[in-house]
Amino acid sequence: MEEKLEVILDNFIKNEGNLISILQDVESAFGYIPEDAVTWFSDKLDIPASRFYGVATFYSQFHLKPRGKNIVTVCCGTACHVNGSDKIIDGLKRELKLAHGEDTTEDGEITLEEVACLGTCSFAPIALVNGAVHGKAKADKMVKEIKLLRKPK
Amino acid sequence: MGPGGIAAGGKAVLDSFQASLSQHKVSAVLKEKCSAHKVGCLGLCARDVLVEIQNNGSKTVYQYVKPDMVERIVTEHLLGGVAIQEWLVDDAYKNFYGKQIKVVLEDCGRFDPEDIEAYKANGGYTAAKKVLSSQTPEAVIEEIKASGLRGRGGAGFPTGLKWEFGRKSPGTEKYIICNADEGDPGAFMDRAVIEGNPHAVIEGMIIGAYAIGASKGYVYIRAEYPLAVERLKLAIKQAREAGYLGKKIFGTEFNFDIIIKLGAGAFVCGEETALIASIEGLRGMPRAKPPFPAQKGLWNKPTIINNVETFANIAPIIKKGAQWFASYGTEKSKGTKVFALTGKVKNTGLIEVPMGITLREIIYEIGGGIVDNKELKAVQTGGPSGGCIPVDQLDIKVDYESLAKVGSIVGSGGMIVLDSDNCMVNMAQYFLNFTKSESCGKCVPCRIGTKRLLEILTRITEGKGRQGDIELLESLSNDIRSSSLCGLGQTAPNPVLSTIRYYRDEYEAHIRDKRCPAGVCKALISFEILEKACTGCTACARVCPTNAILGEKKKPHKIIQEKCIQCGTCFDTCKFKAIKKGSRQEAVKA
Repeated sequence: MEEKLEVILDNFIKNEGNLISILQDVESAFGYIPEDAVTWFSDKLDIPASRFYGVATFYSQFHLKPRGKNIVTVCCGTACHVNGSDKIIDGLKRELKLAHGEDTTEDGEITLEEVACLGTCSFAPIALVNGAVHGKAKADKMVKEIKLLRKPK
Repeated sequence: MGPGGIAAGGKAVLDSFQASLSQHKVSAVLKEKCSAHKVGCLGLCARDVLVEIQNNGSKTVYQYVKPDMVERIVTEHLLGGVAIQEWLVDDAYKNFYGKQIKVVLEDCGRFDPEDIEAYKANGGYTAAKKVLSSQTPEAVIEEIKASGLRGRGGAGFPTGLKWEFGRKSPGTEKYIICNADEGDPGAFMDRAVIEGNPHAVIEGMIIGAYAIGASKGYVYIRAEYPLAVERLKLAIKQAREAGYLGKKIFGTEFNFDIIIKLGAGAFVCGEETALIASIEGLRGMPRAKPPFPAQKGLWNKPTIINNVETFANIAPIIKKGAQWFASYGTEKSKGTKVFALTGKVKNTGLIEVPMGITLREIIYEIGGGIVDNKELKAVQTGGPSGGCIPVDQLDIKVDYESLAKVGSIVGSGGMIVLDSDNCMVNMAQYFLNFTKSESCGKCVPCRIGTKRLLEILTRITEGKGRQGDIELLESLSNDIRSSSLCGLGQTAPNPVLSTIRYYRDEYEAHIRDKRCPAGVCKALISFEILEKACTGCTACARVCPTNAILGEKKKPHKIIQEKCIQCGTCFDTCKFKAIKKGSRQEAVKA
C-alpha cells in the first residue's frame, strides 16, 4: 500500500494537487478510500483526517467501503425515471437480496449503484454492467444479465 | 461516437465498416462522427446508429444501422453507387432539422474533434487571433454586450456585463473558469459540445481571458464524462503546440493557459462559489454573495465563470458580428439555445433552436409528437430547479422571461416530455429526492426544508396524505425559496410549486381519494387480470418476482393480491392487454 501512496504523494507535490485530487488518486488506486490511506496522508501532510473524511463524504465519487467485483449502475436521470428506471432498480434489488441500506451483496460480488445522469437520455432507461451500456433496459433483462455475472466461469 | 451511439452499437458498426472497407480497398475517409451522442452532431439520437455517407459531393444518411447491414452498404452504395432506399432516413428526419438553427452545434459532427487542423480549416481560431492582434479588451466586451448573449448555464446573466465586471475588478491576477459540471439529470448539451467541438470552447475561453485580463483558466468538468475529458485534454495539448495557449499566444504579448479540474460528483458545484471551493480542494459549499466571484473568486482573486455553451457562442459572435447573433431570438433573449429533448417524445436528441420558438413547435415538429401517440401531459424544463409546463401553455415562447412567467426556467437545457402515464406528484417527489440528496447542508432552510418537503410528498404518494398537506407544501416551499443561501435551495421548491399550480387535482386525488390517476404510485394501485382477455400464455406468471400469479396453461390466470408487490412486470409483459391497472382503494372494497 505504502508504495502506491508514495506515488500519489509525488503526484500531489508535482502537480500542485489538493485534497480532492489526492482522494481521486486513492480511489482509482484502491477502488475505495481505505482508512489507512487517509491516516497516512494526514500524517505526511499534517492535515487532520477529519478534513479528508469531510471531503470524501461530500462527493459521490468517493466510497469508504470496498465495492463489489462487478458494478451494476442504473441511471436515475429524469428521462430514465419517466421511462421506468425505478422498476429496474426494484427488480435488481430483489434479485440481489441487498440488506437494507447496503449497495453490495454480502459475498462482495456485485455492487448496485444509482447515478444521477449518464447523459444518454435518448436511450432511457440506461443501465451499465461493468461499464457496458445497456440502452432501453428492462427489469427482467437486467436480472438475466446479473444472473450471468453470478454463473461460475 | 458517443454514449448514445455506443449504447446502440456504434463501435461495432464502425468496426464493420473498417473491416469491409479494407477488404474492398476503398479509399474513403472513415470519420468517427463525434460528440456526446454519436449523433450529437446529427442530433437525432433516437435513430442511432446513424451513418452518413459522403461521396461525389452528395450526402446520404442511413438510420438504425447494424453491423450486419454494413457489407451491403459498402458494396451497393459505395462501390455500386446505388443507395439502399429502404434503410435511408425518412421525412421525420428532415422535419427534425427544419426548425433548427445551429450556431453552437454547427461544427459538431462536421469534422473530427480530435484534429485541430480540421477545426482551423473551418475557420477555427481566426476569431481569437483577430481579437488578440487587433482589438482592445473593451471592444470585445462591447461586442459581446451588443450581441445580447446571456449565460447558458441557466440563470441567463448577460455575458458581456459579467466580463465587464471582471475587467473592471482591480488586480493583476485573474481567473476564467469554464463550468462543465453538467449536473442536471436529463441534460447532456455541454458534454455534446465538448465531445463534438472542444476547440470552440477553448477559443471562447481565450477570448474571454483576453477580455477580462486573465492569464489562467480552469475547466471544471464532471469525471462522469470520460470521453469529454479525454478530448478536451487532447485539444488543449494541440492548442499549446500550435502556440494558441501558453506564453505569447498568437505571437502577441498575451499569456494564457488552461488547466482541467475533475469534479467529484456534486450537483451543488454548478453554483459558482461552490465550484470555486471545489477547485480549491474543499467541500463544494456555496458562500454568501457579495462579494461576487468577479470581485473575489478563486484564491480570492477576481474570477469569471461561464458555461460551456456560452463559451462556444463567443467565436461565432466575433466572426459573424453581434448584429448577426442578435438577429435570432426575442427582444430580451438573443441567439439560439441547445436543448436535450428527451422523455416520451418520438425524436429524442440534441436540438438547437432560436430563442422564442414555441414549445409546440419543438415537441410536435422537431420532436415528431408523443411516443405511441399518447396524450402529452407536461414538459419539464430546467431540471430540479425548473418546473412542469402544462399542455395549455404549449404556445408560450421558449425564452428566459416567458418560461419564468409560467413557473419554470430555461435552465441548462434539459427538456423532458411527460405523457399521461406520468404522475405529477411522483415527479415532484423525484426531484425533491434529488435536491435533498444534493443539498450541501450548509444552510438550514435547504437542508431541512427539502427533507420535510420530500417527507410530505412521500406520504402523499403512499396514500397517507392529510388534509392541508397541499397548503403546507406551498408555505414551506415559499419559505425555502426566500431564505436559502444559494440557487440550489432557492429553486428546489420549483418542481413542487409548479406541479401544485397546474395539477392540484392530482394532488387532491392522492390525498382525498387515495387514488393515483396516472397509475404510478404503488401504494395506490392494484393489478387485476381480465378473464376474457387472458389467453393463459403463462408469460406473466413466469416473470412475476413474488409468484403472485396462479393459473393453468391456456386458462385465465389470477393475481393473489396479498402477494402482489405492484412492480408492474406482468403489466409490461402481457401482450394481450389482459392486465388492468386499477385503484387499490376500489380493489380492497371489492
